[in-house]
Amino acid sequence: MERRAALFEYLLRLGDSCLVLGHRVSEWCGHAPELEEDIALANVALDLTGQADMLLGYAARIEGKGRDADALAFLRDAWDFRNLLLCERANGDFAHTIVRQFLFDAWQAELYAALARSTDAGLAGIAAKGVKEAQYHLRHSGEWVVRLGDGTDESHARAQAALDEFWPFTGEMFETDAVATELIAAGIAPDMTPVEAAWMRTVDDVLAQATLARPKSGWMQTGGSKGRHGEELGHLLATMQFLPRAYPGAKW
Amino acid sequence: MYTQGLDQRGDNAAAPARADDPAALAAFQARIDREEKIEPNDWMPQGYRRTLVRQISQHAHSEIVGMLPEGNWITRAPSLRRKMILLAKVQDEGGHGLYLYSAAETLGVSRAELVGQLLAGKAKYSSIFNYPTLTWADIGAIGWLVDGAAIMNQVPLCRCSYGPYARAMIRICREESFHQRQGYELMLKLARGTPDQKRMAQNALDRWWWPSLMMFGPSDRDSVHSSQNAAWKIKRVSNDELRQKFVDVTVPQGHFLGLTFPDPDLKLDEGTGHWNHGPIDWAEFNRVVAGDGQCNRDRLAARRKAHAEGAWVREAAAAFAAKRAHARAAKAAE
Ligand SMILES: [Fe+2]
Ligand SMILES: [Fe+2]
Repeated sequence: MERRAALFEYLLRLGDSCLVLGHRVSEWCGHAPELEEDIALANVALDLTGQADMLLGYAARIEGKGRDADALAFLRDAWDFRNLLLCERANGDFAHTIVRQFLFDAWQAELYAALARSTDAGLAGIAAKGVKEAQYHLRHSGEWVVRLGDGTDESHARAQAALDEFWPFTGEMFETDAVATELIAAGIAPDMTPVEAAWMRTVDDVLAQATLARPKSGWMQTGGSKGRHGEELGHLLATMQFLPRAYPGAKW
Repeated sequence: MYTQGLDQRGDNAAAPARADDPAALAAFQARIDREEKIEPNDWMPQGYRRTLVRQISQHAHSEIVGMLPEGNWITRAPSLRRKMILLAKVQDEGGHGLYLYSAAETLGVSRAELVGQLLAGKAKYSSIFNYPTLTWADIGAIGWLVDGAAIMNQVPLCRCSYGPYARAMIRICREESFHQRQGYELMLKLARGTPDQKRMAQNALDRWWWPSLMMFGPSDRDSVHSSQNAAWKIKRVSNDELRQKFVDVTVPQGHFLGLTFPDPDLKLDEGTGHWNHGPIDWAEFNRVVAGDGQCNRDRLAARRKAHAEGAWVREAAAAFAAKRAHARAAKAAE
């Protein structure tokens, strides 16, 4: 695969995951269990949206067809989105939101740390900025996983149920396809084997503190990076893209 | 963060009933007249404390309820930049709620108790948030008009006699003026945009103008609390003066946008330099305050739902904190 095309594709994967998860997290705003969490979750959503803006903006420049971050975010349909399936899953209860966030944050923090050493200066710069945010999010979500897991019987059961539900969506985070292989060879993207090992150490450490059981790894869901999404993404995009679609050509 | 310790401080606040001591009252008033700040541990009349608790908690509730109409548009913001600005704004409003509940707690009443009053429907919050955000332009109108009116109300509070409230207001006002500018910039973009966008902006102004004027509260002729609060330097400028100041600043801004105010009587008085506005529909104001605005029930229902659905989370956090405290105590005892 041509390197430029591969980088575009890779940036879409990273950017779309941030955009879609940021959207999900932002749905909590004003409805969280505590005022502190309204603020914390809004902050996570804000950081992820900011990362999406940078990653999609860079993707658009790499593509070189005159699109910008907003055109990529607001004017593509679901089948052109490249986010992880995990990110589009509905919020569910607070345990689901936190567990989904924790699994993602632990991955993103490791991935960004590796990408900060990318041979592609543009990507390395975005990752270097993002890694601090990802670590901060990980501390927040990790602490909550521990609190819920080792809180009450109810919170433990809810956290375990969330973990069991989302576990099959974690395999996708470490897939290495032709796009990744091309970029790994060029030193642009990292080898995912050590990233996965580090992610697993973080997960095991937090789950042990939380007295939660790591689910057995069976069949892993896949398809996000090929545009094969679940049914919920279309509804998310219908909401997110409403204004630019309803008023074509308008500037906001 | 999740401690309940402040609940016990209620007795403390209610305790020594020196409110009737005329010498203490006179000394207190003298401090106020010298522009000294009153601090949490200072003696204060019961009425002063009650008034402040009511005002600060209403203000805090307004910040929290105010997150709902604006939060309504976060997932539909039309660009990534606008989405980030709106997220940051709503996050700021939550932060304002936090500082204000903390300021109220210095007066001996816990946040849990105040939130309980809100959820029970016993506490008031700014009625402006009982109007719906129908279109994207409403986000601009709220920033421009509602944050703009809030600034007019709140700048004098930075000099309020109660120290913790005054200090909270300084930080809050800085952020509110940022929100106001961003809201106006959003409106400007619409007003200079396509015909549909301009129509959207005008429609938002039509709906938000009068409720914004009502934010300053009843006319001075009908206001119950004004004179005592003025003496205590809790409220330093009257409702009508603040409202006039807001109108004078805002009308030229609206004209610059090329928009029309929904008030046929709005006219510049060349002599005074003030913009005179038409009569305010106080029946509407009273109706919305009393609970019959379009969104009163929805706002309260949303807060109650979040609180009820979050109960197990707060219980888990408390149980976890207790377990860890217990483990630490056991370890220390070894
Ligand atoms: Fe505010
Ligand atoms: Fe504000």
